[in-house]
Amino acid sequence: MSRAILELHDLVKSYGALRVTNGVDLEVLAGETHAIIGPNGAGKTTLVNQISGAVAPDGGRIVLDGRDVTRLPMPARARLGLARSFQITQVLPRFTALENVALAVQAGAGSSFRFWQPAAAEEALNARAREALEAADLGARAGVPAGALSHGEKRRLELAIALAQGPRLMLLDEPAAGAGTEETRRLVEILRSLKGRTTVVLVEHDMQAVFALADRISVLVEGRIVATGTPEAVRADAAVRAAYLGEAA
Amino acid sequence: MARVIESGARAAIASAASAAAGRLRALAFDKRMAAALFAALALLPLVSPLVGGGYLLHIGERVLIFAIAALSLELLIGAGGLVSFGHAAFLGIGAYAAGIAASHGLGTLAVALPAALAASAAFALLTGAIAVRTHGVYFIMITLAFGQMAFFVAASLAPYGGDDGLSLPGRTLVLGTRVLENRIVFFYVTLALAAASWLLVSRLVASRFGRVLRGLTDSETRMQALGFAPYRYRLTAYVIAGTLCGLAGFLLGNQAEFVSPAYMHWQRSGELIVMVLLGGTGTLYGPVLGALALMVLEEGLARLTEHWKAILGPLLVLVVLFTRGGIAGAIEAWRRRTTTFPELLADLQGRGRAALARAEQAAMEATAAAIGCGRRAEAGLGAAWLRWRAALRPRLEPLATLAARSARSADGIVRGAAKACVRAESLLGTMNRDVAALAGSARRHLSAGLGRCSQTWHGGLRPRLAGLARLAGRGIARMAARAVPWRVALHRALKSAAGLAGRSLSSALARWRRR
Repeated sequence: MSRAILELHDLVKSYGALRVTNGVDLEVLAGETHAIIGPNGAGKTTLVNQISGAVAPDGGRIVLDGRDVTRLPMPARARLGLARSFQITQVLPRFTALENVALAVQAGAGSSFRFWQPAAAEEALNARAREALEAADLGARAGVPAGALSHGEKRRLELAIALAQGPRLMLLDEPAAGAGTEETRRLVEILRSLKGRTTVVLVEHDMQAVFALADRISVLVEGRIVATGTPEAVRADAAVRAAYLGEAA
Repeated sequence: MARVIESGARAAIASAASAAAGRLRALAFDKRMAAALFAALALLPLVSPLVGGGYLLHIGERVLIFAIAALSLELLIGAGGLVSFGHAAFLGIGAYAAGIAASHGLGTLAVALPAALAASAAFALLTGAIAVRTHGVYFIMITLAFGQMAFFVAASLAPYGGDDGLSLPGRTLVLGTRVLENRIVFFYVTLALAAASWLLVSRLVASRFGRVLRGLTDSETRMQALGFAPYRYRLTAYVIAGTLCGLAGFLLGNQAEFVSPAYMHWQRSGELIVMVLLGGTGTLYGPVLGALALMVLEEGLARLTEHWKAILGPLLVLVVLFTRGGIAGAIEAWRRRTTTFPELLADLQGRGRAALARAEQAAMEATAAAIGCGRRAEAGLGAAWLRWRAALRPRLEPLATLAARSARSADGIVRGAAKACVRAESLLGTMNRDVAALAGSARRHLSAGLGRCSQTWHGGLRPRLAGLARLAGRGIARMAARAVPWRVALHRALKSAAGLAGRSLSSALARWRRR
């Protein structure tokens, strides 16, 4: 089958006495949409932060496309083709939606140490940015400052930014966080249309969204992966049921 | 012929002017403002002779020089979010480079200007390499510290005047000429350089590099996730700003024909920040306007009273308090107020939308806070769960196992009892059967006994008795027939026969009973 684009080997991270990530092994295959689910406090965001480089693990290795990136800072990992969205929206509020995305394109299109030509007039950047905005259903809002967008639009802008990076691996940390049902449906629709274009690691609370999108699902409970498999297999897994029904109920 | 040329020239000038006007109208407002400011300042040499001689020109030069410095600082504050409180150091370094070069007889443009720029750039690179790693207040403090270091180094430069400063033997030579000593030339050179600086900074801010720099100010996390390492961009901006301010310093030294450590004093750095804030950050005509306003205010108020600082201070406070974004901000606000009705509507709509967005943001934050509360509660529950597992469970578990064990033994007992019951039942069954069999055999024996008894009676006893009775009957009949007197004898005989029969019957019965 396809090769692994992301491998986690025995990843460990503790905050004080609490082992937030407790020996996680994970393989994400090229092209798949791999969801990570788990009850609140299972350590999902900490895991995403370690993969993206925002948080350094205490032990273990992170291998991105065959290269050990455990010690690389976030910008270096981003340049290797790892894009991420944030659970708490991180857009540039004073930039227009188009500029937010154009900057993401710029990051992957040659040097940014260019001091004279107006970047906003670079049609090559803007064209690709518009494409990403259209894909995220934001074409009509291109000229609006990101700070003035609605919450749902900001969530979609996050998606457009990640998309515009043309990543080898997209880490989506709760793309539907805080969005209403209608917005969530729209986001799922967009994500579905992107399926297969790139590898996606999706962390999400909305189970409907997860089962609609994921090729494989890993279940994280108390910092450990208790199950990995197809949605059907995971749905039927006893440990998962225990995690979701036993302890949550 | 001459008339034709004249009219042609006039037409050409008119068309050029209208083209220029058209182009000016097409420009964005802040660019028009900058162009207007520079154009107004360009008229100064024409007005200056009419009002107070060279004094006005002198102030104009200083305005332009400080405009360059303020523009360079705006690159850091406005675009980079880096409030440098030691920016005057570059002013001093540029000035000292001009002064020191001149004092060694090297005061030519080819030596002094590159030296000024290189020295500023080097100082910016060295101090920036450290300062740019910090943020916010720490950045302010560390740049202040570096600025003061430069100040004290300058004050200790004994060969170059130390505390007292250094007078230049003359202005920097251009191609061996003293052309900069001409006030008009110097003014226009300064104006050209200020305009060029404005162009440079505005191109820079809009360029790819400037976009990254501004992005870092908006959200460093997002920029890192996009692959931009903040440090190099900020350091580059710091070096560019320092070098540009070094140019201003070079001009300042030349203009005053004197340099002193006072150029680098932190108060000077503060003044530069005031110019940027007074003019208004975020626009590039703001710093130019700020430099102009501050210089004019200083000069104007100083003419009114020697306590001019007591007026200037509160005035600055008022400006900062009541205008968002300095003078430029006030102009923007005024422009908004004097717009047409549709624009007003659009503005209202925009504001409504912004308010909605803010409300939404607030709602989001509230939601986030609620989620946080939930998380904390969850964490509390988690801790309780952990405590339960750590403390209570080990204690409860033996109890539970004990209970389970006793339940198991109770179960055993019950099961044993049941087994005993079953056995007892089967025992009772056999007993029952035995009793029934016994009763049966007893009944059989009894009936057999009774049968034999009746057989004996019918087979032996009754026929014999009947014979006897027949015999007796016949004897009686015979006797009766013979005579009645025999009746007495008969009666006697009957009596004896009955006695005999009774005795034999009783003996037979006794015999049967014995058997």
